[in-house]
Amino acid sequence: MTDTATHVSGEKARIGAPSIAGFTEEGENLSPMNAAASPIGGDAVKAHSHGGGAGVPDSSRAGRLTSYKLEDFAPLTGREEDFRFTPLKRMGGLHKNALTGAAPVLVMTGAKAVALETVAMSDARVGSAGVPEDRISANAWNSAAEAKIVTIPAESIGEQVTLTYTGDSTEAAAAHLVVIAEENSESVVVIDHVGTAVLAQNIEFDVREGAKLTVISLQAWEDTAIHAASHLAKVRKDGHFKHIAVTYGGDLVRLTPSAHFAGEGGEVELFGLYFADAGQHLEHRLFVDHATPHCTSNVLYKGALQGKDAHTVWVGDVLIRKEAPGTNSYEANRNLVLTEGARADSVPNLEIETGLIDGAGHASTTGRFDDEHLFYLMSRGIDEKTARRLVVRGFLNEIVQQIRVPEIEERLNETIERELAATGN
Amino acid sequence: MSTLEIKDLHVSIETEQGNKEILKGVSLTIKTGETHAIMGPNGSGKSTLASTIAGHPRYTVTSGTITLDGEDVLEMSVDERARAGLFLAMQYPVEVPGVSMTNFLRTAKTAIDGEAPKLRTWTKDVKTAMEALKIDAEFASRNVNEGFSGGEKKRVEILQLELFKPKFAILDETDSGLDVDALKVVSEGVNRAQEQNEMGTLLITHYTRILRYIKPDFVHVFVDGKIAEQGGAELADRLEEEGYDRFLNVPA
Ligand SMILES: Nc1ncnc2c1ncn2[C@@H]1O[C@H](COP(=O)(O)OP(=O)(O)OP(=O)(O)O)[C@@H](O)[C@H]1O
Ligand SMILES: [Mg+2]
Repeated sequence: MTDTATHVSGEKARIGAPSIAGFTEEGENLSPMNAAASPIGGDAVKAHSHGGGAGVPDSSRAGRLTSYKLEDFAPLTGREEDFRFTPLKRMGGLHKNALTGAAPVLVMTGAKAVALETVAMSDARVGSAGVPEDRISANAWNSAAEAKIVTIPAESIGEQVTLTYTGDSTEAAAAHLVVIAEENSESVVVIDHVGTAVLAQNIEFDVREGAKLTVISLQAWEDTAIHAASHLAKVRKDGHFKHIAVTYGGDLVRLTPSAHFAGEGGEVELFGLYFADAGQHLEHRLFVDHATPHCTSNVLYKGALQGKDAHTVWVGDVLIRKEAPGTNSYEANRNLVLTEGARADSVPNLEIETGLIDGAGHASTTGRFDDEHLFYLMSRGIDEKTARRLVVRGFLNEIVQQIRVPEIEERLNETIERELAATGN
Repeated sequence: MSTLEIKDLHVSIETEQGNKEILKGVSLTIKTGETHAIMGPNGSGKSTLASTIAGHPRYTVTSGTITLDGEDVLEMSVDERARAGLFLAMQYPVEVPGVSMTNFLRTAKTAIDGEAPKLRTWTKDVKTAMEALKIDAEFASRNVNEGFSGGEKKRVEILQLELFKPKFAILDETDSGLDVDALKVVSEGVNRAQEQNEMGTLLITHYTRILRYIKPDFVHVFVDGKIAEQGGAELADRLEEEGYDRFLNVPA
């Protein structure tokens, strides 16, 4: 496995203090854009952002604008730090147009005591777990005609519900969902996206005290779909939020899972698996905001790419604020490029504002499945097709096995088989 | 009994400066049960010969033949050669991301035998072979060669040799990078495979040390893409004493 330029030296660059030299040499902190005069940076920016320092305010996640109001976000040019990889031309207007199309239909199955409500955007629970962190999210917030609310009752154990969004329109639409995991509940919520859509979506996850919420979000769209989704999680005291993003459908998918700690003792696990084919743009930008003491976060995203102009983007922002001593955090992204012409961008970005952490580290590798791997496996009698399957399945399995919902694991394995067969590999 | 026959083999590779001939007429016949050692200076083409037999796409055979019991090996794909009974223990085994040793070994065994091995005996066979080669059980769950030390990679090549039971094994500097104990353990593995499967062995090495454990029936001196001299085990000792000067300084 060869490492690309995005590789961060030291596979497990675990550190216990912020002042390790060379630590911020990669990542977004060095981006020259959004200089001091940036309208987004301004006074909101903290004087110290690890590595970035004064002069590049917007490069620190601490200084990134959040707002419910669309007007607060300047129109996008594509040069913004958080949109520099996104082909805006292919966004179907989600970042600039009114989103008046019909939202995909949402159906809930498998619920025992879980309630699904439809409420006005003015409902007090809307906005309880998040604030838009980019322009598309704000646009969706402003455009959504209604919100869906899913509540997992306090103390309930073992609920497993599936929320399926089925789209059949290519008119730009907005959707809003709030998932509330009440105190000490333990549940699994599968959010499935099928059919086609041009959709800007906000999903809030309110992980209340002691709650354990596992979310599996499948972006399993047909080829034409365009999907920008903000997943905003608030993890309260002793809450546990496990989020698994699985993206393989759609023409363009941009998913931004953001997890904010709002109490001590919380735990966040962000896993992801993506499989990009020719022409697909699959982007995952995640943010873990350590704002309270003694919280743990673990991030692992794995992606496979094949075909001409398959493009994946992974940006992992982890911010450990001054208020978060005792933090333990690790993030990694691994990509496997199967054919020529595919491109994986990978940017781990760790900002540490306190020296009193238990550990923090990041890693990023992009490997190429090349002729030497193939030769080795084939020289042991394994035919080419099987060899490829062996490598890809093996590589992605680490994430698949995190899912622990047999139907979905099986569906994913079938999908991987299909993807591999599709290009005649 | 099987025969692997190489006749007047010429092999080129493509380089930036154009085609370069590396093997310049190699002829060699190995029968099952025999051990042939190949010794020769760096860059003389030993690994090229090994890789060409295994079918590495980098090497182009411009003339000559390789046959296994009369079957044209050059017509076979890489995996077909392995299934036909050829095994190459590589000088630099490749790290394969994402594939666990367990999964790899089982998949390869299934491919070679044409049917899945019986789970219970297979697990036992793997365990026994690993123990004999002093490979820690923990390696089974690691990815193929990933992060293995040089010596560990070599042991794992011999582990495969024992499990896959080929007719012919080509060992490309399997002894390089092995510590004294590992050399013994690995040699024993090769000898076991040879006894149990009546295997033919082509052993490429720079050192006579391994030949104390694996006794060659024939020694070939490889120089500049050709076999310059052949003899018995005593030739190896002579080479160790005299080096290759005798072969390199022949007037043009
Ligand atoms: N890509 C290449 N471009 C140019 N020359 C090459 C290339 N690949 C191999 N060669 C040359 O082919 C020759 C034979 O190499 P080979 O690896 O077969 O040697 P060897 O006998 O196995 O050497 P060693 O004892 O060092 O393992 C060498 O001179 C090598 O430099
Ligand atoms: Mg060699």
